[in-house]
Amino acid sequence: MGQWYMLTLVGKDKPGIVARVSKALYEGGCNLGEASMFRLGGNFTIMLMATSSKSAAEVDALLAPVCAELDLRRHVDPIEGKLHNHVEPNVSVTLFGADRAGIVAKATGALAAAGLNILHLESDVGGTEAEPIYIMQIEGVAYQGIEALRAALAEMAREGITIHVAPIDTLIG
Amino acid sequence: MAIQPILHYPDPRLAEVCAPVERFDDELRSFIADLEETMRAGPGGVGIAAPQVGRLIRVSVVDVSSKPDVKHHGRVVLVNPEILEWDGFAVGREGCMSVPDYTGNVIRAERIRLTAQDETGAAHEYAMEGYEARAVQHEIDHLDGLLFLDRLVSRRNDLFRRKVYQEPKAPKKD
Repeated sequence: MGQWYMLTLVGKDKPGIVARVSKALYEGGCNLGEASMFRLGGNFTIMLMATSSKSAAEVDALLAPVCAELDLRRHVDPIEGKLHNHVEPNVSVTLFGADRAGIVAKATGALAAAGLNILHLESDVGGTEAEPIYIMQIEGVAYQGIEALRAALAEMAREGITIHVAPIDTLIG
Repeated sequence: MAIQPILHYPDPRLAEVCAPVERFDDELRSFIADLEETMRAGPGGVGIAAPQVGRLIRVSVVDVSSKPDVKHHGRVVLVNPEILEWDGFAVGREGCMSVPDYTGNVIRAERIRLTAQDETGAAHEYAMEGYEARAVQHEIDHLDGLLFLDRLVSRRNDLFRRKVYQEPKAPKKD
């Protein structure tokens, strides 16, 4: 086991990106860890943990040909791996409404002040170009309880944003 | 009484369909006591199934009474359990002593009716809902060689909020 790296790759979406990138890494002797890969708008985005005995510059060079071919931009950053230490979320927050500037800043600011540590956040813009809607789904740890989060978002709810805060009570069987 | 070692995925025994219990003897009762002790030793464990300790028989113990605000039947021993009816569905987060450091969302029936024998062989019928019903479905899956990993659904489709859906209102009369 060598050094862990966080690889960040972004480019215009097209079929085959994941297969080509992971093949280049596999053939270059890298092992992959956790990853999240999404299409955001018309772009494909990859955040990928990989471990290798190679230097950051050598891992970067491994990716250069496939990135050139697929027109992807990339970063390779050394990180600590820290696998097998998942933190369990205890709350799910879903928030949606007519899209307008500042929703994310306002919501996440209020939630952070009320003790939420975000573990996972995904957001989408749906609706139409004329009437966009914003949908955000968060999972996290509520260190000051769930009621604190509900109270923190009450003002946004009064402004017409729909907010659902629900406990996640993980069943271990 | 002894805590048994827990098998971890990908141990192939976790994928086996378990055999019905036919003999209700002291050996079975002693095994069930061990199984329960093993469940209680696991952090947060609310259920356990015999194949998780390598015994491929249709036996499980469930006890969700430690959870606040949950309807339950206390400690329930399920031998040869059979679900008779399913009703409703809900997404919930599950983990498993046999799958360390990973949890995921799984759809389960909200209410079930089941029959099972206890450690003496006596038959019981239970109506369960919510968290307890989820625990029983998770354990019965083990008896059929299934893990919650076999039933994962996407995090992206958040169905938690369905819990707060209102019943549709009756149309107004003119």
